[in-house]
Amino acid sequence: MNGLLLTFIVALVLAMFFIVFRMSNLVSILRSKNKKNEEVDISTNNFHAYLFLLLPLAGTIWAFWYASRHMTLWGQPEASVHGAEYDWLSKIAHVIIILMFLVTNTGLFYFAYKYRYKRNNKATFYPDNTKLEVVWTIIPAIILAILVFTGWNLWRKVTKDAPENAIQIEVVGKQFNWIARYPGKDGKFGGYNFRYTDDINELGLDFTDKNVNDDFQATELVLVKGKPIQLKIRARDVIHSVSLPHFRQKMDAVPGQPTTMWFIPTKTTQEMREELKTNPEYLKPDPSTTKGDPADIKARWETFDYEIVCQEICGRGHFSMRMRVVVLDEKEYEAWVAKQEPFVVKNKEYVLEAVKRQMKMKQNAGQAFVENVKNTD
Amino acid sequence: MATAVAHAHDVHTHDEHHEHHHETFLTKYVFSTDHKMIAKQFLVTGILWAFVGGLLSILFRLKLGFPEMDYTWLKPILGKWVTGDPGQGQLDPEFYLALVTMHGTIMVFFVLTAGLSGTFSNFLIPLQIGARDMASGFLNMLSYWFFFASSVVMAASFFLDGGPAAGGWVVYPPLSALPQALKGSGAGMTYWLISMTLFIVSSLLGGINYITTVINLRTKGMTFSRLPLTVWAFFITAIIGLLSFPVLFSAALLLMFDRMLGTSFYLSDIYVAGQALDHTGGSAILYQHLFWFLGHPEVYIVLLPALGITSEIIATNARKPIFGYKAMIGSMLGIAVLSFIVWAHHMFVTGMDPFLGSIFMFLTLIIAVPSAVKAFNYITTLWRGNIRYTPAMLFSVGLVSLFISGGVTGIILGNNALDIYLHDTYYVVAHFHLVMGSASFFGMMAGIYHWFPKMFGRMMDEKLGYIHFWLTFVGVYLVFFPMHFIGIAGFPRRYYEFSAYAAFRDEVYLNLNQFISVAAVITFGAQLIFGFNFFYSMWRGRKATQNPWNSNTLEWTAPLEPGHGNWPGQIPFVYRWAYDYSKPNAEKDGFTDFIPQNVPYSMTPHSNLPHENEMIALEKEEMLPHDTTLELAKLAKKKELTA
Repeated sequence: MNGLLLTFIVALVLAMFFIVFRMSNLVSILRSKNKKNEEVDISTNNFHAYLFLLLPLAGTIWAFWYASRHMTLWGQPEASVHGAEYDWLSKIAHVIIILMFLVTNTGLFYFAYKYRYKRNNKATFYPDNTKLEVVWTIIPAIILAILVFTGWNLWRKVTKDAPENAIQIEVVGKQFNWIARYPGKDGKFGGYNFRYTDDINELGLDFTDKNVNDDFQATELVLVKGKPIQLKIRARDVIHSVSLPHFRQKMDAVPGQPTTMWFIPTKTTQEMREELKTNPEYLKPDPSTTKGDPADIKARWETFDYEIVCQEICGRGHFSMRMRVVVLDEKEYEAWVAKQEPFVVKNKEYVLEAVKRQMKMKQNAGQAFVENVKNTD
Repeated sequence: MATAVAHAHDVHTHDEHHEHHHETFLTKYVFSTDHKMIAKQFLVTGILWAFVGGLLSILFRLKLGFPEMDYTWLKPILGKWVTGDPGQGQLDPEFYLALVTMHGTIMVFFVLTAGLSGTFSNFLIPLQIGARDMASGFLNMLSYWFFFASSVVMAASFFLDGGPAAGGWVVYPPLSALPQALKGSGAGMTYWLISMTLFIVSSLLGGINYITTVINLRTKGMTFSRLPLTVWAFFITAIIGLLSFPVLFSAALLLMFDRMLGTSFYLSDIYVAGQALDHTGGSAILYQHLFWFLGHPEVYIVLLPALGITSEIIATNARKPIFGYKAMIGSMLGIAVLSFIVWAHHMFVTGMDPFLGSIFMFLTLIIAVPSAVKAFNYITTLWRGNIRYTPAMLFSVGLVSLFISGGVTGIILGNNALDIYLHDTYYVVAHFHLVMGSASFFGMMAGIYHWFPKMFGRMMDEKLGYIHFWLTFVGVYLVFFPMHFIGIAGFPRRYYEFSAYAAFRDEVYLNLNQFISVAAVITFGAQLIFGFNFFYSMWRGRKATQNPWNSNTLEWTAPLEPGHGNWPGQIPFVYRWAYDYSKPNAEKDGFTDFIPQNVPYSMTPHSNLPHENEMIALEKEEMLPHDTTLELAKLAKKKELTA
């Protein structure tokens, strides 16, 4: 019934529009019959010229006002060594492009306004000017060169090999969550093979490798403040992407092609929360806490957390593929590590079964290899 | 030279013969080999697809702007893709991904490649270079019908049980190769690949035709240095397409092999849905290299025709020659060449060698230089002009603004250090929707408003055009500008909702998303005005005059509604470039503020520039004795004198 009514109303409105259109059409035909020559309708033409001046101006003012109010933290607060440099470079680059944007758009709209049609006016025949062309080829080239070199500098810093003392953590993406693995006391990761994967051994750990013995897994990524962190990234099924917006880092997780990234966190989660207390944006309540009991309402700084955001489309649950990231200071971190139980200790019975299967698989593969070699004779 | 004349003569007699030939509905409107009809077929199909693509974006924009909205009312249309009890109907997350994917595919390929390039290359190349038709009318017809078949397959994929392809318009494997990982990667993806293959065939057939026609069928006097910039743009676009689309085909073919034959081109070490797959040794990144080898030139395949159209319209309506004609061609050529060696800037964070990343950053930022030159040249063309605002001109000025606004953020994204944070955020969405999506769309609209009289012999309603423009122009900025803020806040693309993350729970951004969605609905609504205007004017619009915009190019010398063969008599010769607008002293020669391309220099002694006077001797020797259309040009001049 409602649908029918809605359709009827829409049809009515459309019919009204159509009648107005037809009437204005007929009127304009009558009017144009009185005019002898088809010439430019000056008042309409001016109207467009004025709008070209006014609307962009209004829009620009709004954009600047909005940015000055809400973009104080460049979107997300930064918390890594190169993050501060990133923000600085990003701001410089944005200042430059905003200037380019303003200068060129101003030229465009001002000319669109100023040189609107005027009766008895004639346009200037001005087909080319090599000097001008050269000037505005060279100027953008110089500006771009500066941006390229500053960007290149930072890029090399971010992508160079991780320092030797970096804490290594493996991050594995799967539909639809992340798993972290720490190398344990020996500082070495045990091997893995995707064929060993099952519901318990989610990372496909190779239990015949003794380095696996002290590896432990976590559902949160726990990092140390002030120490280089190297993430060894892989994916189990489809491409995911480890995005760490607060650390200004991102790297795809590709099945079959492990990737890596590193950075140095500069603020613990706790320190960051304290810092955000001073920002009016973060004093506002967190919308996810406002639905229940008013007593549970928390400010955004209280619920702040570092996070891994999956940034490459990976299927149905892509939008919820989040991992909490916790940054601790060194003492807290060591205490946390001490509490962790290696995977093989946690799942003793399972591992004893699995290792038999894995050995069998290896044996089969070995036999197949021997046979292959024999057949090549 | 004699051969050219003989050729023209031959076609002429053929043409007379043709008039006796009875055209049926089927040969005239369906299996037509006339480039004008094929152009219209591309156009109408493109417009229909644009509405579909736009509607899909509205569906997911509603979800993003109003996450709690009840979708039950859409259940009659979307069926099982709306889940949950009545009153709490929600869009299925996988269907959301399908919407995003199909929106991208449709807009990029069907609307802005086929709808834009297919329409205007087909329509304008023969008319502007002075040719009877395309080099091969038959291949041209095939080009449309392959596109149509591709459209049918893509449309059919919406009705599949698992829905259409849903892995993003770039369809990266392994996601797109594994039905276990995503429903849309089943039959939907197969349909997608078949449809794209047909589309590539269509593109290649069209492209070969455009290139051949421009090289071989230019009328006497139409040298490359006199070609209108529109034709230059279509020509370069066709070359880019011819070189890059086959690579997309190879990417698609290998993906089909992986999906159907169990090969491992892209797949390796995969454990999905409780099962380790047999594939080993493939590289998922290989696909991305192949895809973006087309994908990046594709941006310019979409954009260059729009820029060509704009060049023509801005010059005509500012009543000024386009500033820096040669620089415009040079920058297009530069863009074309560079477009092939920047593709990996889409892949800075895929784990590729950082050194390679540096190389691609350098190359990417170089491409900004010719783009900047183009923008400056447009602006200088407006300088000291006498600008008339037709709807086409409004859209052209709008295009330049969008091109700049979307272009400058390319400098940020092309900078690999800055891209790390912004990659796959809404910042990217804002960037390419402005510079590629909206700018090209504006070019298409400008072209439609400008050449509608030539296509249908009638005018589109101007007032509706004005309303359409302002709503769209303001709307597009309101939709895409705020996305920069959301992008800087790190919001990822292709997210069904953002509530899982503490970082994205700021109500500022929720409000901004809502704002964008409302603006999107209004902007889409404004397109309905265009749709009405287009189809209404086709039959009921005001009758057009032969040259309604006082334009110089050759198509306006053809009859109001040109028949098959375009010009009833001999094809006009060309004596000058297309941009003699407001030439000093033209009044003394009996012209107003424009001198069409088919007017010899010998008829305009007062307004000629020194080097043009030198051409007169050559004209008298080689051209004038053969030009039977000259009487027409003289008549046109007299008419203007009396007016």
